[in-house]
Amino acid sequence: MRLLYFAWVKEKTGIAAEDVALPDGVATVGELIAWLKTRGPEFAQAFDREEVIRAAIDQTHARHDAEIGGAREIAFFPPVTGG
Amino acid sequence: MIRVQTQDFDVGTEIAALRAARTDIGAIVTFTGAVRDQDNTITEMTLEHYPGMTETELERIEQEAHARWPLQATLIVHRVGTLQAGDNIVLVVTASAHRDAAFDAAKFLMDYLKTSAPFWKRESGPGGDRWVEAKADDEAAATLWAPRKDAAE
Repeated sequence: MRLLYFAWVKEKTGIAAEDVALPDGVATVGELIAWLKTRGPEFAQAFDREEVIRAAIDQTHARHDAEIGGAREIAFFPPVTGG
Repeated sequence: MIRVQTQDFDVGTEIAALRAARTDIGAIVTFTGAVRDQDNTITEMTLEHYPGMTETELERIEQEAHARWPLQATLIVHRVGTLQAGDNIVLVVTASAHRDAAFDAAKFLMDYLKTSAPFWKRESGPGGDRWVEAKADDEAAATLWAPRKDAAE
């Protein structure tokens, strides 16, 4: 599965994109965040305020309780500030 | 129509293109957003986005506006990359037979764009760089638009 990071989430993780194999037991966006936080201090820092992190599953906004299912791409980013 | 681009836009040119070869448009409303430097703290702004999702979201928002109002044409242009203070950021154009639909749809498009299109602004100035934080006011403005009664969700 492709993971993408944008804006300050990307700055904190230090990477824009990566391919990962989901571990067993990770079924929702929230569970994916919990797992990502265990992958090192950069990820723990990036997802420290996880309640403000927004996610998209296959380029559609998704809540933290959304099921990942067979998603190809999941993105994490701060609240948007365009316009 | 929607466009995401690095280059600037010209409001007059965009309106002329939208009106070309048609006489049924009675009202045109435009909104232009620009990089604002109120107190000499911002010299540059860099706009990052999520290629692919950005276009999808802008098209979704545009379709939603067309479902809510009798619009004859709409255009959303959003710039990305590094901009200077005073530069254009975003253009919304709405055209309809009568003014109310064009005014309302233009505000709706901006309110929804600001809370759902995946763009992020980073400001640079003499004091350094910082990511612009999302405003609660923007979220409140978007939620004032009640869901359509016939909406699927």
